[in-house]
Formats: sequence, C-alpha cells, structure tokens
Amino acid sequence: MSLSRKDVLHVAALARLRVTDAEQEALARELGSILSYAEQLKTLTLAADLAGVEATSRMGESSMVTRPDEPGESLLPEVAVANAPDAEEHQFRVPAVLEG
Amino acid sequence: MDFFSSLRELHTGLTRRETTASELLDWSLQRIAAVDDRVRAFLHVSAPRGDSDRRMGADIAADRMLAGIPYALKDNMCTRGIETTCASHILKGYIPPYSATVVERLDDAGAALVGKLNMDEFAMGSSTENSGFFPTRNPWDLERVPGGSSGGAAAAVASGMVPFALGSDTGGSIRQPAAFCGVVGLKPSYGLVSRFGLVAFASSLDQIGPLTHTVEDAAIVLQAIAGKDGRDSTSAHIQTPDYRAALTGDIRGLRIGIAEEYFGPSVDAGVRGTVMKAVALLEQLGAVVSPISLPHTEYALSAYYLIAPAEASSNLARYDGVRYGFRAVDAENLMDMYEKTRSAGFGPEVKRRILIGTYALSAGYYDEYYKRAQQVRTLIRQDFERAFADVDVIVSPTAPTTAFRLGEKVLDPLTMYLSDICTVPVNLAGLPAISVPCGLIEGLPVGLQMIGRMFDEETLLRAAHAYEQAAGMAPLRPELAMEVKA
Repeated sequence: MSLSRKDVLHVAALARLRVTDAEQEALARELGSILSYAEQLKTLTLAADLAGVEATSRMGESSMVTRPDEPGESLLPEVAVANAPDAEEHQFRVPAVLEG
Repeated sequence: MDFFSSLRELHTGLTRRETTASELLDWSLQRIAAVDDRVRAFLHVSAPRGDSDRRMGADIAADRMLAGIPYALKDNMCTRGIETTCASHILKGYIPPYSATVVERLDDAGAALVGKLNMDEFAMGSSTENSGFFPTRNPWDLERVPGGSSGGAAAAVASGMVPFALGSDTGGSIRQPAAFCGVVGLKPSYGLVSRFGLVAFASSLDQIGPLTHTVEDAAIVLQAIAGKDGRDSTSAHIQTPDYRAALTGDIRGLRIGIAEEYFGPSVDAGVRGTVMKAVALLEQLGAVVSPISLPHTEYALSAYYLIAPAEASSNLARYDGVRYGFRAVDAENLMDMYEKTRSAGFGPEVKRRILIGTYALSAGYYDEYYKRAQQVRTLIRQDFERAFADVDVIVSPTAPTTAFRLGEKVLDPLTMYLSDICTVPVNLAGLPAISVPCGLIEGLPVGLQMIGRMFDEETLLRAAHAYEQAAGMAPLRPELAMEVKA
C-alpha cells in the first residue's frame, strides 16, 4: 500500500491539517506502512468469513439511552466562554468566515 | 509506613491517628520533590500544602477507605479549576469548568488530589514519549520508557510518589505501563466506570481504571469509582458488588485458559518463561489450566489501528481554536485559523492518527477499512465468548517485552504499535483485564495479564489476588524508591 503526496494533501485538507512539503513525504511513507499493515484484514480466508458478520460499532447498551427532558443546572455564560482564546459579550469570537 | 504500604495500612494508620491526612500529603510532596526531577511523572502538582487536615480530618472513618489518601490523575481527566492538557499544546491553559465523575467520586471518598500526570498526547502512544511536553522515565531504569500512554501514572506509583493513580486504557494504556513499571493496573469492563469528564480518544474503547501496588488496592479504588452515571450514556446499569469480599485467596477449581495466540514469536523468550512460571503457580494453587484458541487475534491490531484512529479523528475535530486551548495567531480567515491552530497544536503521532482515521472514514474507503475492522471486532468478541464458555479467566503476558529504551521505537510508529499486541483485543471486546507483576528480567518488571468475563471483575480480582499473595513479591520497589525511603 502506498500513498501519494496528493493523497496525503487530500486527507490533510479533510482533517483541517496543513502539512509542509517536508512532512508530506514522511507522512506518505508512514501512513502507507500503517495502511499496509491494516491490509492484513483483507487477507486469505478472512474476506470470505466476513460475509454476513455484523459490525460492532459500540459496546454496551444496544438501545437508545434517554432521560427526561428537564431543565437542570448548566454552565453560566461567563464560565462557558472563560477558556475561549477570544470572546466578547459571552460569545466566541472567530476570524471572518469569508475573506474580503 | 510509606507509599509502598497498602491502602489498608495507610487507612489504619489514619484511623488510629498514627498519621494524618496532612502528613500523607506532605510525604507525597516530599517524594515528588526528591525524585520527580529524574522521573518526570507529573505535569502539574496542584495540592496545597498543609491544609488538608482541616478539609478531611473529620471525614476519616472506618468505612471510608480512601479518606485522607493522596492520589494523582492522568492529565486526560477533567479537574475543575485545575489545568487539564492531555499533554498536548492544543489544550495548554485549559481550565475545565467541571470535574470528571471519577474525580467527584474520589472527592466524595475523601481522597486528596496531588496533581496531574504525564501521558502520551491524547493517550496516543505506548511509551509516554509522545507527550507534547517531555518524556517520563521508568523508575527501574531512567534510560527506559515507563510504557504508555498512562506512563506518568505508572511511574508515579512505582516510585512511591502517590499510593495510587488513575489512568485510562484504550488499547492497553493502563496495563502495559503497569507491566513496565512493576505495578498493578486494572482496566475495568467497558461501561463499569463513567467516562464523563475523560477527554475522549476512542469512545467505544476508552475506560478509566486504577494503578496501584496490590490487587486489593485496585479493588478498593475500583469500588470508589465504579457504577452507573447518568452523565455517561454508555455507563452500565450494574449493581457493583463488594470487590474486596471477592479476594478470598481461594482459586481451587478456577478454570484458566492459555491461548497460544498470545505467546507468538513477538513475545520475548524471557517474558514467556516468566509468565509460564506464574501459570505453574496458579496450577499449584488449584486452578485448572487448559489451552484455548482465540483464532482472530492476529487481526486485532490491524482492526484496532483503524477503529481507534477513526474514532479519534472524529473526537479530535473539536480542537479548532474556538472554545478552549490554543489558537494560532495571524489567521487570515476562519479556515486558515482552524488549519494553523490544529497544525501547530497537535504533535506528530496525533496528526498521523487523525490522518489515518480520516482516510479510513473517507468516501470510497469506508467499507474497505472501517466497516471491515468493525466486523473483525465482532469476530474477536465471539472468540472470547466461546473461550469463556470453557474457562473463567484467560492468562497471557501483558506486553511482549520488558520496558524498552527511550528513543528505541519512536522513529517507527508501526513497531511501537506492536507493543500493544496482547492488550488491544481486550479493549475491542470490552472485557476487564488486569496486569500484575510476575517477576523481573535483568532488573526490569514483567507483567502477567489476566482477562475476565464481561463485568466479572470479582473472579478476575480473586484470581489476580490469589496469584499475587502466593507469589509474594508485591509491592515491587525499585532502587530509586529505596533511596528516598523515609
């Protein structure tokens, strides 16, 4: 399994990560080797074995867990924004979404 | 008395007024001052000196085993008012407005938080070298890793800085460092301990558990933190039994399974021999040992290294520089801010796993990787279900080797992943497992892993305790701890 630099850039963009030119090559190699290892899952009899096997996506409770929808204690607005790198009037401030 | 004394002894010392909560806290702070510049287990020491008696003195009572006992937490558990970083620059400066359920429960039990412990960044790693701040050293050999990702927790307990710590285990992150540092590490059944306030890595695998010197201590801490929590929808409706009552020392007739898949070529010959000696001792105690097969074990690591990164890539999407932690400066627009913040804030291993996870979940690859891995997860669960029809406990090495040298595996992520080969299948199946010290090889501890049935911590702890008592080596005490003995 090998990944191209283009693959790395595509996945990085999906993950909102920026990778430098130098990182691209190392990542392509490292991710490729990890994915090759994962390819074990495609080997030999296993593929046949998997037909009809249910996927385990979570552990524990198999049904939806609910609770009564009652108002309770919640964080005060000033506490909720206390960790924000930038806040104003109890709101999170971010750079402009659109340029210009 | 020191922090190699059992929790029961420390508790007795407090109830008889031979010592005080304030004195225990001072011991802890003195030990940290004496050895932590070399071990580097703590990211942050938060305990105030001297005021603990006023807060806890009145609470010391016969039925409050943890009242007045100092402890420390892996830094991925939220502590109200105390910085919680997951050893990541992206969370530097984050002061949670709430505490994890386990922290509240230990507060209620009267235990005294000393500080927050180093770890691999976001719990991704097996050596604590992936900490965004600095590596932790193994108290048995400072040139070696303590294991990971709960390496700070294992090292702090092993060197006598605190009598117990909490870690988290997603693929072996409590058990493997416990093995490397010569302490007991318990990963409870998935859902037994609330994950509320545990910073999520892989939500279907993560579980909080104790690191201690003895199995009885692990049972005492588990008692305090286990049980249903309405704030974690995956927390199980289980009436928690009296775990200490299960420690009878009697394992006559207990059926123990040995799976050859856990003794493969990657397992060091010395480790194999040490574990088999432990198995022989279990037999002498009256356990019935038989071979079992867990045929899909060889696929567990591949499945894990798709499922865990996939869940992580989703869980770590929240670190975007908006609500907490670090934000990169000079962003031109919102997208630029996200990318600059995440690229500067996450370390290389976290980025690798986010990328792997994103790839495995991306259009066109989902069925090929993620879905297939989840199907394999089902097969692994079924392997265990079949085995537990015939045996009560499964025994294996915790890790294929003893502690490796710092830097030895850091350049090859895949080799690092292989050190989780004996522990990962247990998380995929959600089962409880414990690592108990079973000997030393060239001065380095070896861990014996015992795996139990879902929610059958009682049998698991009974077996581990009976072994530990018969083996007679607990608590293991590294030289580093002898030199600072009071």
